[in-house]
Parts: sequence; structure tokens; C-alpha cells
Amino acid sequence: MGPLRKPGTPLSVVSANPTSPAGPQIHATLTDVTRIYPGSKGRPSFHALGPVSLNLRAGEFFSVVGPSGCGKSTLLDVMAGLNPASSGSVIFEGVPVHAKVPDGVAVVFQEDATFPWLTVYDNAAFGARRAGLPEPEIRERVEHALAFMGLKAFTQSYPAQLSGGMRQRVCIARAMVVRPRLMLLDEPFGALDQQTRLLMGDEMLKLWRDTGATVMLITHSIDEAVLLSDRIGVMSACPGRFIETIETNWPRERDSNTALDARFGELTARVWGLLRGEAMKALGSQT
Amino acid sequence: MSTVTSTTARELGTSRASRSWSDGVILVLALLALWQLCSWLAGPEILPTPWRTAVKALKIVRDEDFPQSLEATGIAFIAALVISAVGGVSLGLVLGARRLAGDVMEPLLMAFYALPKITLYPVVLLMFGLGLSAKVTFGVIHGIIPITVFTMGAVRNMPIVYARTALAYRLTPLDFARYVMLPAAVPEVVAGLRIGFSLTLLGTLIGEMFASQSGIGHMLMIAMARNDTETIMALALMLFLFATGVNLLLLRWHHRLAKTG
Amino acid sequence: MNLATRWRLALMVAFVLTLELASRLAWIDPVSFIPPSRMVVGAWQLLRSGDYTDDILLTLSSAALAVVMAVVAGFAFGVALYKLPRVRRVLDPLLMSYYAVPIFVIYPILIVLMGLNRWPLISLGVLFAIVAMAVNTLNGLERVPRVMLRTARALRMSPLAEIRLITLPASLPFVFTGIKLSVVYAFIAIVAGEFVLSGSGFGYRIAFAYNNFDNPSMYGLMLLLLLFVGTLNMLLHMAEARLYRRMSRAAT
Repeated sequence: MGPLRKPGTPLSVVSANPTSPAGPQIHATLTDVTRIYPGSKGRPSFHALGPVSLNLRAGEFFSVVGPSGCGKSTLLDVMAGLNPASSGSVIFEGVPVHAKVPDGVAVVFQEDATFPWLTVYDNAAFGARRAGLPEPEIRERVEHALAFMGLKAFTQSYPAQLSGGMRQRVCIARAMVVRPRLMLLDEPFGALDQQTRLLMGDEMLKLWRDTGATVMLITHSIDEAVLLSDRIGVMSACPGRFIETIETNWPRERDSNTALDARFGELTARVWGLLRGEAMKALGSQT
Repeated sequence: MSTVTSTTARELGTSRASRSWSDGVILVLALLALWQLCSWLAGPEILPTPWRTAVKALKIVRDEDFPQSLEATGIAFIAALVISAVGGVSLGLVLGARRLAGDVMEPLLMAFYALPKITLYPVVLLMFGLGLSAKVTFGVIHGIIPITVFTMGAVRNMPIVYARTALAYRLTPLDFARYVMLPAAVPEVVAGLRIGFSLTLLGTLIGEMFASQSGIGHMLMIAMARNDTETIMALALMLFLFATGVNLLLLRWHHRLAKTG
Repeated sequence: MNLATRWRLALMVAFVLTLELASRLAWIDPVSFIPPSRMVVGAWQLLRSGDYTDDILLTLSSAALAVVMAVVAGFAFGVALYKLPRVRRVLDPLLMSYYAVPIFVIYPILIVLMGLNRWPLISLGVLFAIVAMAVNTLNGLERVPRVMLRTARALRMSPLAEIRLITLPASLPFVFTGIKLSVVYAFIAIVAGEFVLSGSGFGYRIAFAYNNFDNPSMYGLMLLLLLFVGTLNMLLHMAEARLYRRMSRAAT
């Protein structure tokens, strides 16, 4: 259950460049996926998502950015197996995903998912414990994850004693411990202030490089998407569909200083240019 | 005077705990003073003074028949409490987890709660006869509803992200109930147990008043019939102190849970 | 009629049918329990005979009076607790143990104080209900979102305007829950009191029928009580739900 590729393997093996002869390895595929919530008495059916198609490349950092309520979270849910697709197919590592979360996938949610009755250590160990891993193995992984996320001093604290940002770090540590090959992040930094977000972004990149996992991040922050990702999927207003996919071609070793790069402004402007109309549509359609 | 106290407290850095102790002492003294006043106004034959009540209470406790009464009530009460707690929590977990079942049952539970259950006493008595099972039944029908309702509320109010996390880490439904739902529900369940405790005690006592030849409820009934106000007040005081003591303990437990929650 | 309501009706019908079957087939001792159908007949005869109308009205009027007094006093008490947080903190455990003691044990004391009339019973109703009203009022006042109070201050509202336009409407759902519980508790206390020690009223009639082995009348009365409480509860619940719904819709 280790990472798909060993940390430190040169980028060219799993290339983000679509014209490379080796071609990127595909980790997960969405083909014409839609999600339509059926209506009930007095409520019409709701077309939340799609049709959406996507090839998620192994080891890439992919962001989905779009206006509020456009189905970004639904996309993540469908990909994770938390929500079944109404039509189309989801394939992860060659196996169809429907209504169950497959092995090798971890999800970090926007809301605080720490369990208040467990210590930070027990929270981080939760997933691994329920999966039946032996305790010594768990201890090693949890200590590594908590140290990596800067929580070493808080192992025996309770979530109530931590700030929002630290609690999210606990959730990320919890996901790290199960060594996922695909990490799905649903606006994980949405509840945090801007400065904390930038720092958490740097930590996310470190984690991504360290584990070699594929990461899909849902966000409404254009800056965040451009800063962190190899590729950005720009989503339309409801029902969510991909307008365009943008390659950033950033080097793998990057952090928030990428904002200083000349192309940062270019890319952000490009994304906003695509999104502006959709955002206005979303704003107007909110009842 | 309160401004002086709070300023002094702040200056001395007195902890909140010791301040709440002194508040409690002040309250007890105030209540005793009020009681004494009412006793003077109504006449000590009608409403015994605190002192005479306390003396009578001690006399009752030292009486040789008392341990028997206490045991009779105690057994019935503990049995009723265990059944109410276990039954109520289990029922509440199920009704909270299954939305439809909860929606169906909730108004029925509330309607039953609103019923003057003392009017069911004839039915209970006719079905169970005089004795322990009638007492326990009475205690249970009083206490089980709030425990169920609170547990149900606790499960329904559980943040949805917990359920999604359980799905994300591929927990079985049983593991979900055991490792997520139950611990998440505990603080509110304890709140329900506080109320359930008081009501179960009430129900058991009422049951004893009518369905028993022994126990504290029976003693109360006799005292009421004889108009023995001293005994009535003494027993009421003892019950009140007991219930308050347990409530304080449960409150402390609740606060400890809430601190980590 | 939504799914839950349908299931509920089905459940209640099944329950009544089972009781009917069980008592007719003597699975339950026929001396102690009569079939629901006979309960209905008994109840109908009670109402028609008019013998019980006085008692019914007496109980209802006592309950109504107790409710009014408990709501007013309980509301005031709740407001007082809100303004005096220290008192509130100390009283908190006591308020819970309040319901552990059968409050009607002081009934004889009240009779001596007030005489052999309805007032001891009404007092019992008030005493039983007042705490529920106070606690819920307190809850409601505490749940007014602080941002609303700060808005009031930002708009430089007078204290009276703030209470009228913000505090009361915001706490209304909880206050209404307090009223609902007051109705329930006052009614319970009065009927229970009548049952235990009284010469008149609905509860007394049930006890009388029981003591005279008049099962049809007793069960008829209990059925009427059940129907009354059920209907009252349903109406109050519907009103409460509408209040809460308006609140939450207004919040979005």
C-alpha cells in the first residue's frame, strides 16, 4: 500500500508534458459523468454536475476551480465513491468506482472532521486503526505524519485546544497515515484565513512531493489553484462542466514564492477571464 | 457587595471554581432563610422549620426500619434506571440513525411524554399487580422518554462530516456506530440521563406510593394520609439532596465531556 | 400526507388492533384490560351522559389558569436568570433535581394553607410548569445571536426597541417551547393531583372509577384523556414547527 512511485523519482518518468513520448500514466478516469438528484413531490430534479470527463495523471497535482455551488464538491464525492454517478463511469486504478470508497483513496473535507473525544494522536491513528494495521506500524506512521505536519508538540492535546488550521492539519495527518495513492481535498483551507492558507499550501506541496501521491484539490480560490497545481480544471456554473484545462508547467520543487513568477499573473488572469462570466451566472442564480 | 466580590476576586486571581462554591453557599443560605420565613408565616405545624425537618430526617434515617425502605426503593429505582438508560439509549440510537423511524416515532414519544402517566397507574397495577415490577414499570415509563429523545437528538445533530469521514475511511456500519456515532452522542446522552435520572426517581416513588407496602414512596404516602408534615418535608428534603448530588456529578461529567467536545 | 405520517397511522392502527385481539382472545387478563372498542363505547357514553362535563370543565379551567400564571411568572423568572448569570449558574443543578421529587407531596400542606378548593391544585400546576417555562425562556434569550445584539447597538436602538424588535422575535421559538411544556406539565400536575387527593375533576373521576371496579368508565376516561392530550400536543407541535421553520427560513 505504498506510494505509486518512490519519492525522488525524476519527474520525466511520470510526465506532465502531454507531448512526451512516454505519455503520462493515468491514475483515474472520469468519462461523461453526470450527477442528477432526482426530484420528489414539490421539488424538481437537480442537475448538479456534468457531463464531465477527466484523465487524472498519476502523481500530478490537479486543481478544480469554479464558482460556488457549481458541483465541484459533487465531482469530488463522485470520484471518491461517496456519491454514485447518475451516468458515466469512474475508474480508479483500473477498477470502477461506484458507491464505495476504494482502497488507496483518502479524502480531506472542508469542515472540521476531527473527533473531539480523541486526542490528536488518536485522531491521526483513526483510519489506520479501523483498517486493522498493527499498532507498532501505526505508531511509526502517526509520529511521522504528526511531525511532518508540525504537530509533534500537540500529540496528547484535544482538538478543542487547537486552532482551526491546526485541526485541519490533524485531518491531513490522518489521511497521510493510511498512505493514500490518491488524495482528494475538498476546499480544505476554506475556513482558514489567507495567511494560514498560504502556509498550508506550502505544506500540501511538501506532502505531495514526499508521498508521490496524486492530489486533486477543489477550491474556489484562483490564486490557490494557480499556485499549487500542475494542471487546473476550470469549471462552469451549475451544472458543472469543464470549460478548459490549463497547464501551469511549474517545477515540482515549488512553494508560495511562485506568486512572484511573471507567469503567475498571466495564468491567474487567464483563469479569471474564463470564470468571470460563470461566477456572475452563479451569483445571479442563487435564491 | 457583588461588585466588591468580583473586583476582589479578580485582584486575588481567585479561580472560578472557588467562586462558584461561595455562590453555592450563599444560595443555600438564602433558600434556608426563605424556608424559615415561610415556616413562620404559615405556622410550624403546617410548614416545619428547616431545623425541625433536619432533626426529623436524622430520626428517620436512624430508625431501624429505614434501611429496609431504602433498600426496597433502591432496588426498584436502580432497576428502572438501568432499563431506562440502556433501553432509552439503544432506542435513541436506532431512531436517530434511521431518519424515517425517527420521524415516525417522535410525535408519538412526545405525546406519551405529555400524558399524565399517573392515570396509567390503574392499568400498570392491573397488569403487574402490587410489587416490584409495577414500581419498576412506573419508573421506566417516566424516565425512558427523555433519554430516548435526547439520544435521538444527539445522533441527528451529529455533524455530517463525521459520517462522511467514516465512509472515507471505509468503516463498517457497526464500526461507525461504535467508534463515531456513540462517542459523538455521549455529551447529549449524558444531558438526557440527567433528566431521565430525576424522572425515573419520580416515577419509582409514585409507583411506590400506590403499588407497594414498602419503600420511601410508601412512607410518603402514609405521611400524606396522616398529614404528618414533618415526615413529608424530611423525606422530600432527603430526596432533593440525593437528586441534587447526583445531578452535580452528572453535570461535572457533562462539563468534562464538553471541554473535549 | 407524507411517508412518516402514513407509517405512524399504520403503526397506531396496528397497535390498537393488537390490543383489541389480545384482550378479546383473553391473552391479556380480561378483568384488568378491556378491548379498545369497548373503551370507545365507554367514552362515548360518558360524553353523552353529560355526567362528567362538570368535572372535565373544572379540570380544563384549572389547567388554563395554572398555565397562564406559570407562563407569566416563568417568563419573568427566566428573564431574571438571564440578567443574573451567577444566580443562574448556581441554580442549574437544582433546577434539574426539581423534577425528581414528587411535587405533589406538598399537596396536603397546600390544602391546609389554601383550603379544600381548587387553589392547591392550581398551585401544583403552576409549580410544576414554572421551571420548564423559565428554563426555556432563558435558553431562548441566550440563543439570540450576538451579532444581532451588536447590530442593535450599531443602529443605536433604545433598550425597549431592542427587546421588542430583536430579542423577543429571536427568542420566540424557544419561548413557545416553554409555553408548550407549561401546558403539558400544568395539565399533568393537576390531573395527577386530582387523582391522588381530590373530590372533583377529571383525575378524581378516574380514581373513583378505578376504586369502584368500573372498568368501562375508567378506560373510557383514560381514552378521552389520551385523545385530548394527543390532539393538544399535535396542535402545539404544529404551531411550534411553523415558528421554527419561519425562523430558519428567515435565517438563510
